[in-house]
Amino acid sequence: MLIFEKSRTGRGIDTLPACDVPEVLPSEAHQRTKALHLPQMSEGDLSRHYTELAKKSHGVNDGFYPLGSCTMKYNPKLNDAAANLPGFTEIHPLQPEESVQGCLEVLQKAEEYLCEITGMDHMSMQPAAGAHGEFAGLLLIKAYHESRRENKRKKILVPDSAHGTNPASAVMAGYKVVSIPSGPDGCVDIEKLKEAATDEVAGLMLTNPNTVGLFDKNILEITDIVHQCGGLNYYDGANLNAVMGIVRPGDMGFDVIHLNLHKTFSTPHGGGGPGSGPVGCKDFLTQFLPSKLVAGETILSFVRPEHSIGEMKSFYGNFLVVVRALAYIMTLGREGIPEASRNAVLNANYMMEKLKDLYTIAYNEICMHEFVMSLDDLKKEYGVSAMDIAKGLLDHDIHPPTMYFPLIVSEALMAEPTETESRETLDEAIAVFRKLYQDAKENAEVLHRAPVSTPVTRLDEVGAARNPVLRYQWPD
Amino acid sequence: MGSYIPNTEQERREMLNDIGYRSMEDLFVHIPSDMKVKEGLAIPEGLSELEVNRKMQQMAGKNKIYGSIFRGAGAYRHFIPSIVKSVVSKENLMTAYTPYQAEISQGILQSIFEYQTMICELTGMDVSNASVYDGAAAAAEAIAMCRERKRKKALISAVVMPSVLETVQTYCFGNEMELVVIPEKDGVTDMEALKEQLDEGTACIYIQHPNYCGNLEDPEQIGNLAHKAGAKFVMGVNPISLGILKTPREYGADVAVGDGQPLGLPLGFGGPYLGFMACVEGMTRKLPGRIVGETKDADGKTGYVLTLQAREQHIRREKSSSNICSNQALCALTIGVYLAAMGKEGIANAAVQCASKAHYLAGELEKIGFKLENQREYFHEFITSSEQPAVKILEALEVQNILGGYPLDEKRILWCCTEMNSKAEIDEVIHHIKEV
Amino acid sequence: MKLEQGLLYSKSHEWVKDNGDEIVIGLTDHAQSELGDLVFVNLPEEGDELVVGESFADVESVKAVSDVYAPVSGVITEINEELLDAPEKINEAPYEAWLVKVKEVTDKEELLSVEEYEAFVASEQE
Repeated sequence: MLIFEKSRTGRGIDTLPACDVPEVLPSEAHQRTKALHLPQMSEGDLSRHYTELAKKSHGVNDGFYPLGSCTMKYNPKLNDAAANLPGFTEIHPLQPEESVQGCLEVLQKAEEYLCEITGMDHMSMQPAAGAHGEFAGLLLIKAYHESRRENKRKKILVPDSAHGTNPASAVMAGYKVVSIPSGPDGCVDIEKLKEAATDEVAGLMLTNPNTVGLFDKNILEITDIVHQCGGLNYYDGANLNAVMGIVRPGDMGFDVIHLNLHKTFSTPHGGGGPGSGPVGCKDFLTQFLPSKLVAGETILSFVRPEHSIGEMKSFYGNFLVVVRALAYIMTLGREGIPEASRNAVLNANYMMEKLKDLYTIAYNEICMHEFVMSLDDLKKEYGVSAMDIAKGLLDHDIHPPTMYFPLIVSEALMAEPTETESRETLDEAIAVFRKLYQDAKENAEVLHRAPVSTPVTRLDEVGAARNPVLRYQWPD
Repeated sequence: MGSYIPNTEQERREMLNDIGYRSMEDLFVHIPSDMKVKEGLAIPEGLSELEVNRKMQQMAGKNKIYGSIFRGAGAYRHFIPSIVKSVVSKENLMTAYTPYQAEISQGILQSIFEYQTMICELTGMDVSNASVYDGAAAAAEAIAMCRERKRKKALISAVVMPSVLETVQTYCFGNEMELVVIPEKDGVTDMEALKEQLDEGTACIYIQHPNYCGNLEDPEQIGNLAHKAGAKFVMGVNPISLGILKTPREYGADVAVGDGQPLGLPLGFGGPYLGFMACVEGMTRKLPGRIVGETKDADGKTGYVLTLQAREQHIRREKSSSNICSNQALCALTIGVYLAAMGKEGIANAAVQCASKAHYLAGELEKIGFKLENQREYFHEFITSSEQPAVKILEALEVQNILGGYPLDEKRILWCCTEMNSKAEIDEVIHHIKEV
Repeated sequence: MKLEQGLLYSKSHEWVKDNGDEIVIGLTDHAQSELGDLVFVNLPEEGDELVVGESFADVESVKAVSDVYAPVSGVITEINEELLDAPEKINEAPYEAWLVKVKEVTDKEELLSVEEYEAFVASEQE
């Protein structure tokens, strides 16, 4: 039942005292006349309502969450404690600088550590999510070329395996997207890249390891080809969990990067946000970074990059999310960061090896932190699709892997276990995957009807899109 | 050093062995060795939980928490009922992913559906999305929404929050929409200048109401002008003010945006906040970001699902109008709980108190010699000027643990009051300023 | 797969009805079957120009968007507004649910006859 249906006139919570100064109301011309319906409930009923909703949700805390490309690792409680300190939560963003030295220190340290991890020279914490960081990074590239009057560079190269935000961000930045096909090995087709690398190209967007979980060993050649034609290289940091502390984007030839703190750096996903997508760059681009950076040694202050692209949003970014990420980096430290990546890769290979006799692995070689299965054969032979297996997993309380991405693999399921899963969790999950495979062969109907044990069964998405009902309406 | 990795050294060795590898290095053998990090990262060693705790407390301790705050300018201290924090820290909600697998995400999806409904109620609009990053990003996305093939010029009032204007400028650097700033006159948008700029190439006009000076604009007239020229009318609003102020819908707006921070989100040194976006039905498919819709499952039960996804980047890719993926979902949940806890009486009460206390403070400041710049109706923010340097006045307050208004320049201060400022606090401010 | 006589077909699965000075364009049965349940159609406006070979509209299913390509160059005189509220008509009766009407046709690509289209679809599926 919706909260509005539980509402009863006259009920409520006594939150505020009466006004202790003479009341001032807006003039009639500006007064609200449209009724305002909000729930009227006791605190007890309200509390129960949300407990009910929480029971119908599934977080990393509830079970294995092998979502490829999302890095659903454990969200440490220490990070939450840090982010809830009043010395952070009660601070107004426009307080005098001398009264927020601790906040400035958080931003400075986060920048310092993340730059070291990625091989960049400076980084802004302002972008609020990965896509936001991508947009900022592309604007850096645009500002760079404009400053050199290279105005015919209107194209951005994007592999066909890229995450949808890549081409979308490029278009938002005013570029035309040129898609580079992947070779049969799942990596960038070097010959096609060379053909496309003209003096009309502003840059290339790439992630390495790529979206099929493979480390592109031609990476230095790739970034060089782009530099040779006068373009810049942009690194999508979504897959950093495979290589952090082991290899750095800055050493692979990348000039600009973004990170996803809500992926690699353990901040909670929150049901879809808030995340944080810092944008980092090499020195020659620092002057274009958005908003403000933190400078100083003992006394810290904000400085504006000389030719900044401006503001991506108000203030300094999702600050409390950055606090969480900083606590995480401080906990892991010099040894723990590469340790996390190594174990992420181990867990992915472990899971892949134990499934490959049944499930077709799209690219049958050492994977990095994630691997892709193709259920094409299963579909052709038994009529069971990636969707059916995914829904079958739900009945076993396992969150499915990413479905139907990347687009270059048909009936794709992309699994990323992360390093924070134990061997027995992996073994249990592997057993479930194997059982579902058997079900597909012997009892496909069960999978077509799945899930059956969840609060709702498969939903009518066609109806939802054809006749959208996007809000509750009060009966008149 | 903590690492949150459960498997012991022994277990890892066994796993490697199990799948045919001798060491961890074998898993990275295909990475060119001269590319690898050799000497280790130049960051400090990992720390135990106790040590990290201590360091975070130290950093937090270097920030000053003011006893009372009279500063707004885009971030507002409001009362947050305890139930809000309690709900938002529930692990299943906080550690959940985006609800793409609807069957196990009904809790998240329903909470977003409820949020969407409440935003529609506040703004008077037909449809709301599930949030964007903040009010400034929402303004920029709203302006981009209004773009049409023959209408690529956006008009924006000068009297909006500076970071909103700058963010819109940054987004326009990207999408190459022409942006014209309509100057301020007498504390509001210059109507004559606006008329001059409105033409058949105008996509939309954006104003903030109340505006950056705290003043109420004349949205109805601006909306009429916009529509006569075939342009859209976008309003940036303060959500608490909508408890008593006319809704953007009643003024004729096509899109209403703003920052949801006042609705239960802590100041948090600037984030995470939340950008809400709501519009009239006709513009539904132009809304960026996620939207939750109601539908039925195979057994006829009501359920919720992310819908109209074909607008978004993961499907439309380079043909999507926005690249937004992650939003501020947990913040949307926070806002839903806050609005439910406050109820319409609570919101109206908060809004009245904001306005009343601001007017009281303004009156008292005038009595001791400040000049009130606002000549129009204002909500909870106003600007004063005085002979005394603003710095001196504010320093006198800071020493008393009071954060005064925001200094706009050497002589002018932008004050703000909310329901959190008691009469006693306000009187104390006056008392301390008098001594300067 | 349903086919209709008296129409010409494109390799990108549009059907074309030649009424002399006016051309009518829609999607074939094969197209709608591949696309699945359609939830929305993005049509151009009357007066818009079509350029042969370029996308002039798109159709949305729940999980995908597909471009519709212009088999001719010309000017759009009418769009089928019914489809804006009921895109499912394309699924139900693809040869009745026309998308646009075009006049002032200047350029045409190589269109296929019924038999040629049938053979083409069969070859694509191998």
